[in-house]
Amino acid sequence: MTANGRFQAWPWHAGTALAALAVLAPILALVGQAGQGSGAHWGHLLQFVLPGVLAQTLGLLIGVGLLAAALGVGAAWLVTAYDFPGRRALSWALLLPLAVPTYIVAYAYLDILHPLGPVQEAVRALLGYSSPREFRLPDLRSLPGAIVLLAFVLYPYVYLTTRSMFASQAAHLMEAARLLGHGPWSAFLRVALPLARPAIAVGLCLVLLETLNDIGASEFLGVQTLTVAIYTTWVTRSDLAGAAQIALVSLALVTLLIAVERRGRRRLRYTGNRRAAPIRRHVLHGPAACLATLLGLAPVLIGFAAPAAYLLALVLERLGTGQGPSPALLRAVGQTLTVSALATLFALAIGLVVAWSRRILPRVHAWQGALPRLATLGYAVPGTVLAIGLLFPLMAIERGLSALRAATGMDPAGLVLLGTPAALALAYVIRFLTIPVGTLEAGLDRIPPSLDQAARLLGENVHGMLRRVHLPLLRPALAASALLIFVDAMKELPATLLLRPLNFDTLATWLYAEAARGTYEEGAIAALCIVVAGLLPVILLARLMDRPTA
Amino acid sequence: MLELDRISLSYPTDHGRRTVLRELSLTLEAGQIACLLGASGCGKTTVLRAIAGFEPLEGGSIRLDGRLLSGDGTRVEPEHRRVGMMFQDYALFPHLDVAANVGFGLRRLDAPERARRVRALLDLVGLSGQETRRPHELSGGQQQRVALARALAPEPDLLLLDEPFSNLDVDARERLAFELRDLLKAAGRTALVVTHNQAEAFAVADRIGILQEGRLAQWDTPYGMHHHPATPEIAAFIHREALLARRAQANLRGAPPAAA
Repeated sequence: MTANGRFQAWPWHAGTALAALAVLAPILALVGQAGQGSGAHWGHLLQFVLPGVLAQTLGLLIGVGLLAAALGVGAAWLVTAYDFPGRRALSWALLLPLAVPTYIVAYAYLDILHPLGPVQEAVRALLGYSSPREFRLPDLRSLPGAIVLLAFVLYPYVYLTTRSMFASQAAHLMEAARLLGHGPWSAFLRVALPLARPAIAVGLCLVLLETLNDIGASEFLGVQTLTVAIYTTWVTRSDLAGAAQIALVSLALVTLLIAVERRGRRRLRYTGNRRAAPIRRHVLHGPAACLATLLGLAPVLIGFAAPAAYLLALVLERLGTGQGPSPALLRAVGQTLTVSALATLFALAIGLVVAWSRRILPRVHAWQGALPRLATLGYAVPGTVLAIGLLFPLMAIERGLSALRAATGMDPAGLVLLGTPAALALAYVIRFLTIPVGTLEAGLDRIPPSLDQAARLLGENVHGMLRRVHLPLLRPALAASALLIFVDAMKELPATLLLRPLNFDTLATWLYAEAARGTYEEGAIAALCIVVAGLLPVILLARLMDRPTA
Repeated sequence: MLELDRISLSYPTDHGRRTVLRELSLTLEAGQIACLLGASGCGKTTVLRAIAGFEPLEGGSIRLDGRLLSGDGTRVEPEHRRVGMMFQDYALFPHLDVAANVGFGLRRLDAPERARRVRALLDLVGLSGQETRRPHELSGGQQQRVALARALAPEPDLLLLDEPFSNLDVDARERLAFELRDLLKAAGRTALVVTHNQAEAFAVADRIGILQEGRLAQWDTPYGMHHHPATPEIAAFIHREALLARRAQANLRGAPPAAA
């Protein structure tokens, strides 16, 4: 077995194993750390902290879940089953709220709906009141307020999965229901909705994971969620063990969500891959058509157009006074781009190792098939939980490096990873690794195996095949995942807040600090930058969605 | 000369392993064209994959012009076997134009030499002037010729062809079967073709092998195969198409249909 130039499989196996380990390390460290905490700690936690926090978190999850599901499924059915003016434009515009991170929608609406803000002023003027003391709308800073705002930016996950399910559903099943005596409404409830249930479950899981991950919106709106509790326990009370214990509870919730989603996805297989004629759209006229257009437009207006326009107005106003962005903000822009680019580069490289190994290596043991799945679990771990989990292995590595430097006669002081942009980039890579792995695996699946064999028989070894055949064919997949990772890294807030170095700001943390101070002048610039960047992947998604094979 | 000596091979399945090739032996003289004929699932394509080096043998050996390729603990990597293959789906690289596809295996030549060789091969297969076209712009027959030119380019000691005509329409098949034989003979290549269509096999081959359940049931010239089938099953297999044609003619003449 020593033919010269023989392909060595172990570096690729090792690369995949290392990626899986990097993702698992924070989770395992967290479990270990929480286990070490004193029992008294748990007692205190269970008695005083968790009941309130869990009640708020579950309330938020249930509320956001219900409202986002209703909005997403309703919008998907509207553009699938009916035809009305603006339907085509709406079918992709309904994705736009994806561009607005939860903390930005909260940030914008706090100002828009402020008792002294434009909306309440207008309502008062309309009703003839002169002062906020005489009349004001219910306070946005409440659990219901948070539910509504989060649902209006997160519903596109449900919309996306459900719409493609409705579109691929056999139209004749609906027609059969109609012929069996069901009206359109009853056919929707008894045929279309049950068939789409797995797709709804998948989309809803993403909504709930994002809700659990959110820190900015919950905090701005005064909702004490698990994520907020982790943050304040660590940052305000400097109680790392307590934060780790709350993080563990959050992790348990995530595990539950993923288990439910996996069940939903399993059933997706049986209903999703049927190629059938699309549902014939019912053409609406007159007032009904008007109503449909308005219904479809409402989520786009509330979730995207209103906050984006408001931010734009604030920015224009500021630029109109001749004041550009401050140097500190410009520095934050540079730091955001640098750390996002770094994370993108590493995530792409590691994603390529994981996805390509799966293609190329013979699977001898079951665990070799499980490793890539483990390596993509990071997306489910809330950012704050990930940050705390990462802390322990990073501290261990720092201690090791410091000892190494001392042993070799160098200055043992100084940190290499902790408190540097490298730790931040690492957190992004772990959290977003599922993007390049998933996209590249899908791209590789589209390359027939005969191309691999042809390349080999024409004299290329395995690495030559990667370089001359796979990489050129994967270029669109590489570009798409680079864009998605980059923008997600740019928007990331919770992990960034906890892991960023001193005096290091990304656009997201800059905005967070501005909002905490209640200053809106420069924060709006940062927010608008993030929203505009967030539009790029939405455009990409919309284009993929319109492709008939997607 | 290709020598397969009692090769055995099995695939792992959910319930243990499924034997695909059982002690299969055959010898193909240099410059000859052989066809392996058999129903789907009889292991034809597996023979090609084993010769190309994509399937490890469990027993036996494969030699090409005296070189040991597989067996006795040796497994030469596919890229070092000097074996070319034309794939059922042609496997043309979609990101490369015709010239780059044909020149893919000529990395070791310098650019002018490679261009000369590509031009000569495209001449041979009748595709001169199509160098800059992409695979998806070509018809099925043209793609097949590009695939053939590409496989011939590194001057392999053996050419493997997997169902070379299955992606073509019926009219093109017959014409191209004769054309392929002429091309292979002109290039002086030893070739092993796998097909389930006996008309193709009889049109192309110097030697025909019948594969049944992983064994070589008969290995003979087309004449010998047709006139002296080794077993009643082979006779039935060989003459089934003739039988079908006769029945179809009878139906067209208005004979009463057979009971369903």
